[in-house]
Amino acid sequence: MTAAASTARRTFATPPAPKSPFPYHPGSLLSVLDLSVEEVGRLLARAAELEQMDPLVRDRILLKRRLALLFYESSTRTRTSFELAAKALGADTTLVSSLSSSIEKGESLKDTGLTLRALGAEAIILRHSSSGSAWLLEASTRLPVINAGDGMHEHPTQALLDLRTILHHFDPKTRTCHPAPERRKGKGSAVTRAIGPDTLAGFTVAIVGDILHSRVARSNMLLLPRLGARVLLCGPKELLPEQAADSGHGIRIERDFDAALAQSQAVMMLRIQAERLAGLELDLNEYKAQYQLTGQRLAALAPAALVMHPGPIIRGMEITAGVADGPQSAILEQVTHGLAIRMAVIERALTAAPNGGRA
Amino acid sequence: MKPIIVRNGHLVDPAAGVDSARDILLKDGLVAEIASPGKLNHAGDAEILDAAGLIVAPGLIDIHVHLREPGQTYKETIATGTAAAAAGGFTSVAAMPNTVPVNDSPELTRWMQEPERGAAVRVFPIAAATRGSKGEQINDFIALKAAGAVAVTDDGHPILKDNIMRETLAAAARAGLSVIQHAEDTRMTKGASMNLGPVSFRLGLRGMPPEAESSLVERDIRLVAELRDLHPHLHVAHTSTAAAVAAVRQARRNGLRVTCEVAPHHFLLTDEHVGLYDTHAKMNPPLRSAADRDAMIEGLLDGVVDAIATDHAPHAQHEKEVEFECAPNGITGLETALGLALRWLHAEWKMPLGRVLSLMSAQPAALLGLKGRGTLAAGSHADVVIFDPKARWIWRAVDSKSKAKNTPFDGWEMQGRVRWTISEGRVAYAGA
Repeated sequence: MTAAASTARRTFATPPAPKSPFPYHPGSLLSVLDLSVEEVGRLLARAAELEQMDPLVRDRILLKRRLALLFYESSTRTRTSFELAAKALGADTTLVSSLSSSIEKGESLKDTGLTLRALGAEAIILRHSSSGSAWLLEASTRLPVINAGDGMHEHPTQALLDLRTILHHFDPKTRTCHPAPERRKGKGSAVTRAIGPDTLAGFTVAIVGDILHSRVARSNMLLLPRLGARVLLCGPKELLPEQAADSGHGIRIERDFDAALAQSQAVMMLRIQAERLAGLELDLNEYKAQYQLTGQRLAALAPAALVMHPGPIIRGMEITAGVADGPQSAILEQVTHGLAIRMAVIERALTAAPNGGRA
Repeated sequence: MKPIIVRNGHLVDPAAGVDSARDILLKDGLVAEIASPGKLNHAGDAEILDAAGLIVAPGLIDIHVHLREPGQTYKETIATGTAAAAAGGFTSVAAMPNTVPVNDSPELTRWMQEPERGAAVRVFPIAAATRGSKGEQINDFIALKAAGAVAVTDDGHPILKDNIMRETLAAAARAGLSVIQHAEDTRMTKGASMNLGPVSFRLGLRGMPPEAESSLVERDIRLVAELRDLHPHLHVAHTSTAAAVAAVRQARRNGLRVTCEVAPHHFLLTDEHVGLYDTHAKMNPPLRSAADRDAMIEGLLDGVVDAIATDHAPHAQHEKEVEFECAPNGITGLETALGLALRWLHAEWKMPLGRVLSLMSAQPAALLGLKGRGTLAAGSHADVVIFDPKARWIWRAVDSKSKAKNTPFDGWEMQGRVRWTISEGRVAYAGA
């Protein structure tokens, strides 16, 4: 049977798709789609303020407030970054990870969340291997939940810190990214300017590699085009299905890495997520030949582009050591921006009033 | 058991070609007499049901339900599942064999039909096609049929091996049983929890390609064609893709005995209804694209679809309150099928009432060879549903007679309210 023969000839009036199933806690950050462009701007501005604040003043902001970090997956950057951000604001944190808790004994996510709430947690930061788990936790606890990565779905604070990194380098007047030596000069000014739907007009970012399994890719492709950026997705069919282009506006698939690089002011390299491949077999030599970011490729096609990577990086796989450590690399800078962003997101979680207004 | 007289109602019995005002007399579990209003000959003592303004129709038949007994009675029992069936207007349900243990024996097939189970309506067991539904060793279909099985299937464990499916079709044809296939090439759906498409990509969930269904339907049809001389009957369960319906359509044109059913959720909902990981929108086959959903409606309207079946799949609340990927598949359906079919198929898409009722009684009865059911001709079983066809009302899952409340239709508007359900001459349900 061919697809053409099976296409329905008529369309029917049918029940509408459902709206959001429940009102979120206004402090929750589950998806980048929960944030208006205006709110993104407020978070970025607040991140800059908090970063520059006297640490002794800053740590009164959330003094003795209680945050739980609930981590079902291993993490270095995200966990430490959230923890340090919370502590910088004076909050107490407790870490619950799946390998040293009753989760091992079969306790459900719902019960774990309710237990943390009973122990006084005022917000929960969740990292989980299942897409959508942050919604389940929010529905079960009605606490502010910060999604620190849910399966293959989203990682909103990563997209925000990526945006902050991009704004530090991108000059809207020349539509180029400033090379490394000059970038310190504009620090502060770039992130305090107003954010709007045209902030990244003329900016193109290539997201390259294992898009299918990447929550970083999804959050970025849903956030950056709303500020005017163009997103090019680049990768082999197995890791980048055609339907990825239907995720939102401003997203296009460009399978040729060189062509994508030549059009981009920034390139975001992604790790192949071996733990999520689910039996999929890839010829890694072939993959490297086509998609590895090498010094040669970068010099030839994008000598001024910003090189980004959410980490962990696998040197010699998606990126060469030379590029990772090179002058165009913003990889460690991204990590640093994460701290400021997460301070702002945690503050929002604990100060947003449940009735929708701000406390 | 006192005789029952249903009077002043409007009888719609598509199989008998009746669509007019009639009184009926039910006696000794059978339809004893049908007459114009006020003309029944019966003079003795009888319970009178006044059906003025109501439709009187053959009791509904659902050929695809999961009653969970034996083995998973915390989800549902034969008693609670059939109580829900009665409340939904059903007088016969065909119970899938994925119980614990799997119903693959004449003993268990008989056990499920014993009066001790407390069934409110008639239960017709569907037996496993292979031992333990493992897809290896074919059961004794003749013995299963003698014990009351009306079809064979491995349901959630589709028979993938060509030779086993061929043998199953041949053995079932010799025994005079239908083979029901849950068409899913499970090699293409590993780790998947919804339909493959833009929505699954956006939600970061692994998807089941529509081809996982259609390719197995096409394979099965090839086998039916090979065995043409034995006249095997293949019934495709819960069809969800345009390509599968097209394959069934073509098989029928080629003169093969291939039938299919569609569940209300597949003619109403799409993968967009997964929303933000709503586990009440997780079932297998999954909710598909809008084009597939439209093809289900079209298949129902043009007649290629033979039956509406609910795939009633109760689960305990705590089982659905988990990560989407971990949640079990399935939703309840017995109490919402008629209300949704009338609200949408009849009221919205203009399918005549008689055809809706035929898809839910006469045709499924014919499909499984349930003699004397799906019609109210004199001498038939006294299986009757009496309902107000115009009533619009809101379904509340908390009011369900089922043990389970896992439905995506909580709060939905229904059309047609069941007033009485009569099973073999007994009132099995009396509504407000």
